[in-house]
Amino acid sequence: MTQLPGLLDTEAIRKDFPILERQVHDGHRLVYLDNAATSQKPTQVLDALADYYEKHNANVHRGVHVLAEEATALYEGARDKVAAFINAPSRDEVIFTKNASESLNLVANMLGWADEPYRVERDTEIVITEMEHHSNIVPWQLLSQRTGAKLKWFGLTDEGRLDLAGIEELITEQTKVVALTLVSNIMGTFNPVEDIVRRAQEVGALVVVDASQAAPHMVLDVQALQADFVAFTGHKMCGPTGIGVLWGRQELLNDLPPFLGGGEMIETVTMHSSTYAPAPHKFEAGTPPVAQAVGLGAAVDYLSAIGMDRIHQHEQALTQYAVRRLGEIPDLRIIGPATAEDRGATISFTLGDIHPHDVGQVLDEQGIAVRVGHHCARPVCLRYGIPATTRASFYLYSTPAEVDALADGLEHVRNFFA
Amino acid sequence: MYQEVILDHYKNPHGRGLRDGDAEVHHVNPTCGDEITLRVRYDGDRIEDVSYDGQGCSISQASASVLNELLVGKELSEARSIQEKFLELMQSRGQLEPDEHMEDLLEDAVAFAGVSKYPARVKCALLSWMAWKDATAKAFSGEEATAQALGTTEADSAKEKTA
Repeated sequence: MTQLPGLLDTEAIRKDFPILERQVHDGHRLVYLDNAATSQKPTQVLDALADYYEKHNANVHRGVHVLAEEATALYEGARDKVAAFINAPSRDEVIFTKNASESLNLVANMLGWADEPYRVERDTEIVITEMEHHSNIVPWQLLSQRTGAKLKWFGLTDEGRLDLAGIEELITEQTKVVALTLVSNIMGTFNPVEDIVRRAQEVGALVVVDASQAAPHMVLDVQALQADFVAFTGHKMCGPTGIGVLWGRQELLNDLPPFLGGGEMIETVTMHSSTYAPAPHKFEAGTPPVAQAVGLGAAVDYLSAIGMDRIHQHEQALTQYAVRRLGEIPDLRIIGPATAEDRGATISFTLGDIHPHDVGQVLDEQGIAVRVGHHCARPVCLRYGIPATTRASFYLYSTPAEVDALADGLEHVRNFFA
Repeated sequence: MYQEVILDHYKNPHGRGLRDGDAEVHHVNPTCGDEITLRVRYDGDRIEDVSYDGQGCSISQASASVLNELLVGKELSEARSIQEKFLELMQSRGQLEPDEHMEDLLEDAVAFAGVSKYPARVKCALLSWMAWKDATAKAFSGEEATAQALGTTEADSAKEKTA
């Protein structure tokens, strides 16, 4: 077996993920390389979900009975865990949402309804990038269409990186908000957020970071990042679906208006008007995803016990190996950074003129799960003149043997369609 | 799913390339970006030619090749029953075992039975067939036909018009 420096003890880790034992298509061991879409869940998380529903289930807050108090403690405890995980200065800066898309839509709507100086309106500008996931494009398009604000974006270099050459013309005195991803979900690129934050601060624009592909894979420190909002989702980091996070700076959360109205987000309500609870509850209308938050808390515990820096090292080693192995395959073109530097363990590629759906289907017949298509980042495909890509994405339980399985599988695909 | 017949059609497509026609349509499968431009040419009710060009996965490309092989030379009524039978097969979610009658009617297209088990790929297999149906409606009713108005009634009335 291939030994690489920096690898985690995957033999032990994989025991926590029963699904990885599955066999598919007549006895092929599952090789799960679709982690950028969603991660698998360890028994620690599954047990936390079952335990919550079996022993503590109740609606949160305002209950005076035992279960309500336990459920509230577990839900708010999950908030503490997430706050510590991202090094938030205050737990009240952590808003639970349904997913990263909802987090980003929430910010866009806060800014659309805000008073000065945050209000996005006609004669102001929104700046995004060409490598965003659709969930960090469409909310800004909607905001732009509804307010008349101008939408601008950073283009990409041929190497799959942000083209920062025109940064001073892009981020101007008119710019109210800059939204960008920390790690590309299609190309794996790490973006130089600090350069963009510096420029945004010069002109007084807010910075929104989509950390959906970063939070699962590396140390995420919102204070070091210096952004104003950071969004991510639970299900890509060993947590359940239905739970996302929006972190925002306290003073902004105090000043900005709520978006969804309903139970839990109020202070007092009369038939004429209402006053609102302080953040984070101001932004959490309705019964929240309690069990899912508890599950995310368990996921954060699980990842922290292993260590985000060690997970990052593991993935760096795997990426280096994968880039090398994939580079040996004739006609394979990596879309995005072609080396392991400043990139994550998500690798998109094309294989000659074989359509990605055919690549994915023949890999699936061998038990290898990858994703094919435009990965909700269609502008990237347009930029590089391709209809779609095949994407392999790795995680803490991925092994060099799985990289080998992918490389062998791709050779088989080539022969199959030759 | 990838029957030898399908791979053969993919690697050596029949009738590929655009030639003169009475009507042209362009269809796209947004889920995987398959595209086809297809033209039909009729001599009365007889299909003289179905020509096409496009890009996409092996399933969509092979299906267009099979369509060309099956439909060129057929009367419209027969072509329609082939198209309807193929649609039925593709919508069967792998539950339909092709019988002798179906095999006679569909010939190489029977090989796509396995594709019907994969919901994500059914659209790929149907792309050229829907394009043919659309182009035929357009050829027979000229300006009046739209991509939306493609039911049997429209095709029937189109047929009456030319008869």
